[in-house]
Order: sequence, then structure tokens, then C-alpha cells
Amino acid sequence: MYGFLISIGVILLIMLIWMVYRIQTLISVAKGSDKKIATTSNKVNAILFMVFLIVFGGWMVWYSIVEFDNFQLPIASEHGIVTDRLFWITTAVTGFIFILTHILLFWFSYHYRYREDRRAAFYPDNNKLEVIWTLVPAIVLTILVISGWKAWSDITSPAPDNAHVVEIMGYQFAWDVRYPGVDQQLGGYDYRLTTATNSRGIDFTDKNAFDDFPSQNIVLPKGEPVLFNIRARDVLHSVFAPHMRLKMDAVPGMPTRFWFVPNKTTEEMRAELGDEEFEFEIACTEVCGIGHFTMRKVIRVVEPEEYRKWFTEQTPFIKSNPDLIADLPVELKELAKIYINEE
Amino acid sequence: MAVANVSAHDAASTHDDHDHEHHDNFITKYIFSTDHKMIAKQYLVSGIFWAFIGGFLSVLFRLQLGFPEMDMSFLKPILGGWINASGKLDPAFYLALVTMHGTIMVFFVLTAGLSGTFSNFLIPLQIGARDMASGFMNMLSYWFFFVSGVIMFISLFLEKGPASGGWVVYPPLSALEQAIPGSGLGMTLWLIAMVFFIASSLMGGINYITTVINLRTKGMAFSRLPLTIWAFFLTAVIGLLSFPVLFSAALLLVFDRSFGTSFYLSDIYINGEALPNTGGSAVLYQHLFWFLGHPEVYIVLLPALGITSEVIATNSRKPIFGYKAMIISMLGITILSFVVWAHHMFVSGLNPFLGSIFMFLTLIIAVPSAVKVFNYLTTLWRGNLRFTPAMLFSIGLVSFFISGGLTGIFLGNSAIDIQLHDTYFVVAHFHLVMGAASFFGMMAGVYHWFPKMFGRMLDEKLGYIHFWLTFVGVYLVFFPMHYIGIAGFPRRYYSWTNFSFADMYTDLNMFVSVAAIITFFAQFIFIFNFFYSMYKGRKASANPWQSNTLEWTTPIHPGHGNWVGEIPSVYRWPYDYSKPGSKEDFIPQTVPLSATPESNLPHEAKLVQLEKEIMAEEGEELVTNESKES
Repeated sequence: MYGFLISIGVILLIMLIWMVYRIQTLISVAKGSDKKIATTSNKVNAILFMVFLIVFGGWMVWYSIVEFDNFQLPIASEHGIVTDRLFWITTAVTGFIFILTHILLFWFSYHYRYREDRRAAFYPDNNKLEVIWTLVPAIVLTILVISGWKAWSDITSPAPDNAHVVEIMGYQFAWDVRYPGVDQQLGGYDYRLTTATNSRGIDFTDKNAFDDFPSQNIVLPKGEPVLFNIRARDVLHSVFAPHMRLKMDAVPGMPTRFWFVPNKTTEEMRAELGDEEFEFEIACTEVCGIGHFTMRKVIRVVEPEEYRKWFTEQTPFIKSNPDLIADLPVELKELAKIYINEE
Repeated sequence: MAVANVSAHDAASTHDDHDHEHHDNFITKYIFSTDHKMIAKQYLVSGIFWAFIGGFLSVLFRLQLGFPEMDMSFLKPILGGWINASGKLDPAFYLALVTMHGTIMVFFVLTAGLSGTFSNFLIPLQIGARDMASGFMNMLSYWFFFVSGVIMFISLFLEKGPASGGWVVYPPLSALEQAIPGSGLGMTLWLIAMVFFIASSLMGGINYITTVINLRTKGMAFSRLPLTIWAFFLTAVIGLLSFPVLFSAALLLVFDRSFGTSFYLSDIYINGEALPNTGGSAVLYQHLFWFLGHPEVYIVLLPALGITSEVIATNSRKPIFGYKAMIISMLGITILSFVVWAHHMFVSGLNPFLGSIFMFLTLIIAVPSAVKVFNYLTTLWRGNLRFTPAMLFSIGLVSFFISGGLTGIFLGNSAIDIQLHDTYFVVAHFHLVMGAASFFGMMAGVYHWFPKMFGRMLDEKLGYIHFWLTFVGVYLVFFPMHYIGIAGFPRRYYSWTNFSFADMYTDLNMFVSVAAIITFFAQFIFIFNFFYSMYKGRKASANPWQSNTLEWTTPIHPGHGNWVGEIPSVYRWPYDYSKPGSKEDFIPQTVPLSATPESNLPHEAKLVQLEKEIMAEEGEELVTNESKES
């Protein structure tokens, strides 16, 4: 019944629009305005450009100010402060140009609307002007690029030797985390070793793997460099930690990395935002399949002392699942048992 | 003055008027036509068809994003099993929707619909040629496109859905059927369709280039070409050099998918199985893809900018400011477009040093774009602006080009891109600068050249309503996405509620969706106007916009061959608007300098003598030719 009524309404509406359309066409023919150029519509369009400029310009400025705290994510890494500063400098520069060019565009449209008594200026070129507006953008862009390049080189430089290494492996549709254990060396891996119990394909013939341990969340110390070793098991993924201003693709067959210094603990951030539930998160930003939007991982940033304490409390893979070393040669197995029996 | 274009030899040689008139039947005239004008219309109608499909798909996923709680059972008659029992959109189909929306809009609408329509329609008409260099290949180009479209259309109805890995179809996701349902038959059809599409655009491109180089009429030097033609020419060059690389990328992907090779695949464990492929590189595909993918941005944008140059100059009644600077900018963009592709890959695991190089190159390309914007603004300055719908859409294009272009400065900066990559900021950026700007260029073209295509005018009032709804609508859709992007919302997400950082802005997303739906439905005003005016519109005059270019010297309904009798010669550049001394505010290209002594500039006065000598020679030649013939 509703469908019927709606369709009748739609039909009536279309007929109404049709009538209005026909009437205005006939009127314009009767008035002969279809032959004129300086019509009312010409003026209306010119005015609408000014209205658009004022309404949308004002709306944009107002919304940007009012909503600032909403869209501006708090920063929780040292390089994030640098990239955000670059972002806001670029916003200032481009914002100025954006507003200036739009004022010119719409003001010219309004001011130079057609008038029968006026003739346009014949002004085909001016090399001086062209040179100016080639050079000025070039110089401004150069400055922006050089500051961006410096930040980029710092961010992508090799990680410091004392960086805490964490391995993050993406797969459909979650992240697996591995810590290198007390030796600070991640054991090797081979995707062909992947099984239900060894989801990361860790090669336990590598002694470095004996003390490697998994973790439900990523736990990081505040103020110390951290190196993410990133890889993927099946398709492309991308590690995105928005508060850390960190993003790096996870590529099957090609390990990638990203190092940074977290500079706020989760507790500090909770206090700052007044949100007791707050967590740092990792999301996936490279489309990877049906569950792309569910790949969440929590990062917990803690004080360094707390981190060290937590680190020593963790259980290595082979301890929680001794079957992992069942097939090892005898001498390696003996070595591994030392880790297992350690309290 | 406007009618003083009948040059001496024209009058002398009208005797073969109707001798060569073709008598086409329905099939050769409307279907397998070799007339560039008909092929252009075929492209246009196909483009409009695809634009509605692509737009409709976006409405579907905007419903999901704006109203995640909504019961979508009412869409069951159309989507069937893709709406599950509880009335929710299937997440796999959501990805298929965004993938097909991107593919359709980028390739079928803004490449084929824009270049295909206007390069075909305008190149012969504006350079003074009877038709394309190869009419048959031109026809073949359309029909390859058509086949490509049919295949892509069929893929929409597959049981497991069409390709779903995003329009970039990165492997391994697109290579492995077990990774996502759409990577099965859907992806196979996507690849086959793209192969046909590439072949089609290569045949089109070769034709455009050949025609522009070889078939220009007498006097139509490169320095007198309208900027539209320059734009179409350079677009075709870019396409010719970059599409084959996409072909190679697709071919290697076909090998990986079907013949067990490992070009892109390495070290994969999926669905409880370790695949044998090793040694491939997923990043290799990204390089190959973006080697086309980035120039593709300019393939869709340059024609729109060319059309805008022409429309703005005509309706400002002013010469385009900095004609040479415009050409140099376009040349600069053409060359630079090939050396910036890796800025799409800053965080793909690319060597950071390479990232720095591409950051520098990327920001260089902003300079010619800035020059173009300033030239447009100066063209408007002290003009006498006629707001035809085409002019409105052109001004809208300039606005989008600025808005979207400026955000490119953020994304081209690799340090800033770390945060913004693959967020809604990118979505906002490219939809404005490449999507909306090119779409507005296409609309400007349709409104401006409709009288030449169909001999009738589009209704102006409906055009105004269409423009304002679309212009405001596009900003309401894409401007808020900047805020959502700065807040870190990732792209291609079915829902954001899993993450506390993104579990907000439901109101803003709802707003965007409503704006998108209204904007989509506003396009039906255009559709009505387009088809109604085709048959019932006001009859067009020969030169309704009082424009200078050659197409307006053809009959109102040009036949196959465009001009009756001799092709007119060209004596001046196409932008002599409001020239001081001239009575009318426009002087068509066919008016000799010798006929306008009152308005000639000092350097042109010198050319008059030369022009007279040439014309005298030609006159003699014509007389001797005629006496030979008879």
C-alpha cells in the first residue's frame, strides 16, 4: 500500500516538475529571453557564486574550528610531532592559496558577469606574470619538499641498535605478534613451516627462536626506540597505528620495517583524554579481503620499568607448547629444554 | 564579419557538394559507423550508461557507510543474495561495489566516456579534417570498448561476485581465489575486459595522434590549435605510452593466476596450505600498475582541462590567458606524469631513498598545474562572462582542480603521507581533483557541443539546476571526507565500529551519504534534458556560442565529411575574442587577417602581405586543377 502511495506521489511530483518546465520554456520563448545573453539567469548565477563562496567558506572555517578536537588525533610518537607540524604548515600554506584563489575565482565570476555595454579586455599574455606564478609556487614547494624530505630521511633511517624489536605478521584477518625474548634476536621463519600450532612459521632449529614469545597485545616501553619487523603470510596488509603516525605495508615474501619512539603511555593518554577505555590501536589499511575492517590489535605503551618486568614474565612458544620442538635433533632439543625448564 | 569566412577558393569549388554524400542504412549509420561524430556519440551514450551504473554502485555502499544499522531488505529485488537474512549488505559484496565503482568510473566513464567522446568528436572538426585518419580502426576502437563493457557488465552478475580487490587489484589478493570470492571468475573477467579496453584505447590513441599530426587543414599550425586539441593530443600520447604497461601487468597477473608462475607471488600460506610460489614480488605489480595508474590521472584530467580552456575563453569573450604557457604546462604535465608513479607507494616497503626521489618529482608536477589555475583566473579577469551551463561547469572544474590539487601537496610529501595514505583524505583528494573535475569537464563539453552533436540546444534552466545541485552536492560529499581522513579513517572499510579511534563521525558519514544520494538523483535532470532536447530541444543556430573554432563553420547537421565543399583554411589562432578595433567580439579562425585590417596587431599587419601571396597562389592552383578535372 505504501509503495503504491509513494509511486503515485513520485508520479505527481514528476508531472509537476514537467509542467513547471514547460511553462518556463514557453515564457522564455514569449519574452524572447532565449535570444538575449544578459538575462536574469546570468545575473542569478553570478550572485549564486558569491553566495556559495560566503556560505561554504564560512561553514568550512566554522566547522574546522569547532570540530578540531574531534578530527585531530592526539599524537603518541616522537616523529608524529614532526609530521603533524609539517601537516599543519602545509595546511596553512595551501589553506591560504585555497581561500585566495577561490575568492578570486568567484569574485571575478560575479564582478565580470555579462553586461551589454562592456567589452572584455583583450589580454592574451604577460610573460612576467607567468614567470612569477611559476617561480613562486616552485619556491614554496621546494621549501615544503625539503622539510618533508628531512623528516622522511629521519623516520626511515636505520633503527638504533638498542631498539626493541617486535615482529608483527598480518594474515586474514588478524595480526600475530612475536617478541625476540631475552636474547633480543628473533628466530628465523619459513612460511612452509606454518602449521596450526606454529602460525608464524617459526623455524625452531634456529636457537634464537627458543626464547621468542607471543603476546596478545603489543606492549611497548615509553620513550625508547621500537622497531616493528613487519611481514604478511597470505596477502598484502598494512600496519596502521594512527596515534603513532605509523603506517607500513605488510608484504608476503618481503619483510618491511618501521621504527619509532612512543612518547606517551596508555595511562597518560587516558588521563589526557579523560577516557578510561582508551587504547592505542593498529588497523589494516591495505584491502585484504572480507575481514579487512576487523583487523584490530591493541598497543599498550607502559613505563620502561613496567615493560621490563612484563618482558621477563612472558612464556616462550616452546615452553607453552613443547610439541614444537618434538622433531628437533637431539642436541638442539637439549638446548631448548634449558629454556623450557627455566623458571 | 563572422560570415566573412567564405574564402576565395571556397566559392570556386562548391561544385562537388553532394556528389560524395553517403547513403547509409541504419546499421552503417548508427551501429557500425565509421563517422567520427557517430562514434563520439556512441562513446558518449555508453559513458553516460556506465556513469549511472558506477554512480548507483556508490549509492549502495554509501547506504552501508552512512546508515550501517539500516535494514536493506528492500534492495533484495536487485541484489538478491548479497543482502543477507538480517537485511545487511554482504561485506564481500561491499568490496566488490567499491572495486567496480572505481574501475567503471576511471576507465569506462572518465577515460572512454570523456576522451572517447570528445577526442573523436572534436579532433576532426576543430583541425579541419573530413574524419579520423582511419575511420575503420576508430570503429574497431569503439567496438572493442563495447565488448570490454559487456564482459565487465556480465561480471557484475556472477554468483561469487565481480572483482573485489579494489580498482588497483593488487596481488596476491587478486591472484588467489581462496583469498576473496571475487578473485575467481570475477577477476578473470575483469582482466579480459581490461585487455579489450586497453586494445580499444590504443587504437583510439593512435588514431588521435595520427589525425592531429597529419590531417590539419591549411594554415592550422600547431601554434594555432585550440587547447582542446592540444589536450586530446597529449592525452593520447600519454595513453599510448602507459596503457601497454598496464597490459603487461595484467598479462603477468593472468600467468600467476592461471599458469602457476610466480611474478607477484612469494611465500604465501593461505587456507591451511603453503603455496609453492617463491621469488615473486607483490611490489613489482604495484610499480607496473601505477606506471599506468598515475598517468591515467592525467589521461582523464587533461581532456577536461582542454575543454575548460575552450569553454572559459569563449564565454569570457577573452583570449585564453597565456596560450603558450598553457601548452608548456600541459607538455610538462605529460612528461612529469611518467616519473611520479611511486608516490602511490611511499609505505609499500619501497626503498625510502626512492621515496625521496619521487617526492621531489611529484611536487614539481604541482607547478604546471598551478600555472594553469592562475591562467584560468586571469582569463576570467576583466572578461564579459556568459554563464552558459558549460561555463558554470568549467568554473566548477577550476574550483575542484584547486581544492583537490592542493591536497595533493600533502599526499606528495612522503612524511605527511605516512599518516594519510589509504585514508579518506586520499579518497577526498582524488575524487575532487580527478573524479569531479574530469566529470565537470565532461559535462561542460556536453553542454557546449550538444548543439553541434544534435543540432539542438540543451535547456539552459535545467542545466543551471543540474549544475548547482551537482556542484554543491560534490562539495558536500567530498569536503567532509578530509576531516574523516585526518581523523585516520581507513579506506575500503565496511564499518568502522571495530576501532575506538574511528568509532565516531556517524553523523558526518550519514550527511555524506545523503548528499551523495541527492547528487546522484540530480543527474536524472541531466538525463531528461539530454534525451528530451535531442528530439525536442530548441533548434540550434550555426554558431550558438559565437565561438571562433572551426567546428562552428560546418553545417548545423554536418554530414559524413563534415564540410560541404572545400575544407576551410585557417588564418589565425582560435582566441581572437574582443579584439580591439573589431566590431564583433569574436573573429573565427577562418577569417583572413587581410579581411580585418582594423583589428590587426602590429606583428599581424606584417603577415597580411604574406597571406595575400599564399592565397593568390592557391587561387591559381585551384583554377588549374579545375580546368584539369573538367
